[in-house]
Amino acid sequence: MKAADFDYFCAVSIPEACRLLAGANGEGRIIAGGQTLVPLLAMRLARPSLLVDINRIADLRGITLSDGAVTIKACTTQADALASDVVRKHIPLLAKALGHVGHTQTRNRGTIGGSLANADPVAEICMAALALDGQILSHGPKSKRTIPCSEFFRGAMTTALAFDECLTAVRLPIWGHTGRVGSSFQEMSIRRSDFALVAAAVQASFDDEGICRHLAIVVGGCGPTPTRASAAADRLIGTRIEEPDLAEATRLLRETIAPQSDPHASADYRRRVAGELVTRAVLEARREAMGTA
Amino acid sequence: MSHHHITLTVNGRPHKSQVPARLTLVDFLRDVLLLTGTHTGCEHGVCGACSILLNGKPVRSCLIFAVQADGMDIVTVEGLAPEPETLSILQDCFWETHALQCGFCTPGMLIAVRALLAENHSPSEEQIREGIGGNLCRCTGYKPIVDAILLAAERMRRSNAGASDATAG
Repeated sequence: MKAADFDYFCAVSIPEACRLLAGANGEGRIIAGGQTLVPLLAMRLARPSLLVDINRIADLRGITLSDGAVTIKACTTQADALASDVVRKHIPLLAKALGHVGHTQTRNRGTIGGSLANADPVAEICMAALALDGQILSHGPKSKRTIPCSEFFRGAMTTALAFDECLTAVRLPIWGHTGRVGSSFQEMSIRRSDFALVAAAVQASFDDEGICRHLAIVVGGCGPTPTRASAAADRLIGTRIEEPDLAEATRLLRETIAPQSDPHASADYRRRVAGELVTRAVLEARREAMGTA
Repeated sequence: MSHHHITLTVNGRPHKSQVPARLTLVDFLRDVLLLTGTHTGCEHGVCGACSILLNGKPVRSCLIFAVQADGMDIVTVEGLAPEPETLSILQDCFWETHALQCGFCTPGMLIAVRALLAENHSPSEEQIREGIGGNLCRCTGYKPIVDAILLAAERMRRSNAGASDATAG
């Protein structure tokens, strides 16, 4: 359970990190918080020849509010994001998701960007970013680009990033102008803060009459990437989310997701739990939005 | 293989060393500095036995390489007591309520609780269970550990109140 040998370089700038990765011909890996990568190294499931440490690049830390979005730089720790007033006030869904991410000790090292780049199918941060229509900002050896989260997650632990590209930030739009907004994050795991079997992230907005105007539903643990439950959301938009609407929406959800069976839970169990968690999340988001307990 | 020079502070004492890149911080503490109070359990970030304070915050020392801790300030379980041969209030409460049996998880527990009580002087039982959620204990069933933390929080509050009374007086 010790990592195999590797070369280590602590980058001082983003271009330098990209240059080092490009020079390693695909054998290099970025290390940020290391909360997933170091176990993979210890178990020899990953065996890069070069680790490029981006923790000391000052330009990769911080949370800013501008142009109707919250931008979180890649090496911002999960603990700092969770403690951020800007996050709590403007993108509370992310704060709710972060409460389920690991433990104090891992949140103190684990980063927002690291979790996104790792793209675990049940990672709460990835789910919240997709639900909020987040955009990934990245930096390659020659150019920068912006990738919508809907195109960023390509498969389990696989993203649109090239081997010499560094994720620099995520931009999360604020639903400020869309009426009464509520959000909820629900998760089922064997132990609290363990990997989720199934999770649901929901953000909804309602008009003063209580009619749902916008709704984002994302489920995790129901496929190789976080999955948008568009059919279920479309069924609920324009309604007051009464009992029959919810029953119909969760039926659509169960039909459209394709979870896998594994030793922890069967596909059928995951499908049923996903329906229940989405129901709870939508109702909690509505309670929050309409201010009725 | 890459080797790196590092300088860091452990329990108030500065150390200089040369380390291979793949050496984890917990192995550096135990095998190089011979501070064996910090335990290696799972070595992949699950059990919490290797918890230390890194720049004042609790982290798992099996999930950081020693080279990454260059320039940082570290507190291990050996640094919790005010002086040699004594126990901190927290350690004393663990002893008093039988919050350990085999003792393997204890150094990590103490570090996690030190951080918790620094931020929250009167945690609820639920907050305590959340605070030690990243530390596994296979002996106690956690109840005596929670009792120790409640007792320690109360004694620390009283001791702080006494200290400020003394200052005020």
